[in-house]
Amino acid sequence: MDVVEKREKIKKSRLFWKTLKSQKMLYAMSLPFVVWVFVFNYLPVWGWTMAFQNYIPGNPFWQQEWIGFHHFIQLFQDERFFLALRNTLAMSFLGLLFGFTIPIVFAILLNEVRHSLFKRITQTVTYLPHFVSWVVVAGIVTKVLSTDGGIINDLLVGLGVLDQPYQFMAEGKWFWAIVTISDIWKEMGWNAIIFLAAIAGLDPQLYEAAKVDGASRFRQIWHITLPGIRPTILVVLILNIGHLIQIGFEKQMLLSNSLVIEYAEVLELYALNYGIGLGQFSYGTAIGIFNSVVSIFLLLLANGIFRRYSNQSVM
Amino acid sequence: MANPSDLYQTTVREKIFDVLNYLFLSIVIVITLYPFLNVLAISLNDSTDTVRGGIYIWPREFTLNNYLEIMKYDNLVTGFVNSVLRTVIGTVLGVFIQAMVAFTLSRTDFQGRRFVSTVIVLTMYFSGGLIPGYMLIRDLGLINSFWVYILPGLVSAFNIIIIRSFMDGLPFSLQESAKMDGANDFVIFYRIILPLCKPVLATIALFVAVGQWNSWFDTYLYNSMNESLTTLQYELMKILDNTSMGGSQDANSMRPNDEQQMNRVSPQSIKMAITMVTVIPIIMVYPFVQRYFIQGMTLGAVKQ
Repeated sequence: MDVVEKREKIKKSRLFWKTLKSQKMLYAMSLPFVVWVFVFNYLPVWGWTMAFQNYIPGNPFWQQEWIGFHHFIQLFQDERFFLALRNTLAMSFLGLLFGFTIPIVFAILLNEVRHSLFKRITQTVTYLPHFVSWVVVAGIVTKVLSTDGGIINDLLVGLGVLDQPYQFMAEGKWFWAIVTISDIWKEMGWNAIIFLAAIAGLDPQLYEAAKVDGASRFRQIWHITLPGIRPTILVVLILNIGHLIQIGFEKQMLLSNSLVIEYAEVLELYALNYGIGLGQFSYGTAIGIFNSVVSIFLLLLANGIFRRYSNQSVM
Repeated sequence: MANPSDLYQTTVREKIFDVLNYLFLSIVIVITLYPFLNVLAISLNDSTDTVRGGIYIWPREFTLNNYLEIMKYDNLVTGFVNSVLRTVIGTVLGVFIQAMVAFTLSRTDFQGRRFVSTVIVLTMYFSGGLIPGYMLIRDLGLINSFWVYILPGLVSAFNIIIIRSFMDGLPFSLQESAKMDGANDFVIFYRIILPLCKPVLATIALFVAVGQWNSWFDTYLYNSMNESLTTLQYELMKILDNTSMGGSQDANSMRPNDEQQMNRVSPQSIKMAITMVTVIPIIMVYPFVQRYFIQGMTLGAVKQ
């Protein structure tokens, strides 16, 4: 028995080395990049240890002082942290609510357009902002809302809604709305693509049958289009929930200024300002870990709910 | 069948719906395009005239001076060159490497496939975060270096998956016959597979190129101390930022605060001209490549 097993093993390992030799080119073409992602994607996770240390840059790892959860305790005592958490959740929730539903409505409306040239033009135009950087978008938003010559103020004053131009960018209470609307302006068309593709994939016979039965266009949308793209809607929803807390910080950073910082600082910005701005690497890392943990929790939760209702899983 | 009066009503309602729909979508088009046209008009308008206000989508006193003016700023020229360089180098290298890794993963006979695939795909689901990432780049000595623009994002799991799914659709017999002729795996990849993958590679190349062209945060975080490594987006960010709120400086300690010749008093026209310079390459390329973008978007969505 033992001998047979041993022989099998030797055979197998011989085969392994033989294949390895014949596939050395394939290994040469992929292994360097495994090392690559190990360095750039896996090694930083090791940096999480910093959150549990009183990390001093330049000292070797074994000379760092371990202080357990001290930074996390400090975090939960910082008022600014709760503001950042509030801002993150508020803006991600608004983003989810509108950034997710509006592209669906847009895709359905676009699908109802029979004039194919008009449809193509609308698509081409609305996809464009997606390819423009947030730096440019922030500049555009600032310009549009500015008090001298911004179109919004010109319109509002011209229509008599306002007596004089209003400083939208200087009011904290407007910041969440500005971020959400800019995001919709930038991504609405692009995010509609996936729903348009789903609608295009629906069986035309369903619509024919509905027409024969005398169903109006609204009924067709309600009873055929919407149920038809339900799976797509659900998958996109789950993915969005998974990214709920990772809303990024680019738009907040570019659109904010000192006057609205109380409403603009999101968790990642908070981590950036503390961690790199003030050189408190350990504290910044702790914020980042908190962010990731909440994000993973939300993804698992959303996936669990999804599985319960549709017997499918996105992960 | 519905009775005639019902049918009449629905057609009227549908007509109204159609009109409203076209109207609504036209408004969407206007809202999307207006800011770009406004920026373009101001950038082409005489800068002292612009101060009088009232420039919307057409320049009142046409001039190219604003564009000539911004060419005098060294940082902008350097930034432009660096942005072009990072876009070209990042795209060529990135697409080649991603295609190569995708090729090894599309080979079902490759015995390391499982391992390589797992290690790379997992990177889509976690990230070390901002600070540890920064520390790594610092420890690797990539701060104040052009390569920080290229190296970290070179092996993108998402792109590799998209390319691989395209390669999976190619018949394996092509490779077999080449193997008979004694070609090694790299030659098969380079000579046979790569040319067949042109559509998907075009898509990926465009995604990578737009990402490279639009990045500013890496310049801000890693190379803001070194003017010779600046990028166009970062220069634009600095100019817009320092003047966006009537010149008020940001309390945020991270914001750059260097005393460049144009930061304080830069007129709107200059800002708008620079904005146009960063947007024009995208607008010019975009209509021709839209097809590929959409293809990639739907491909990616299916794979998710």
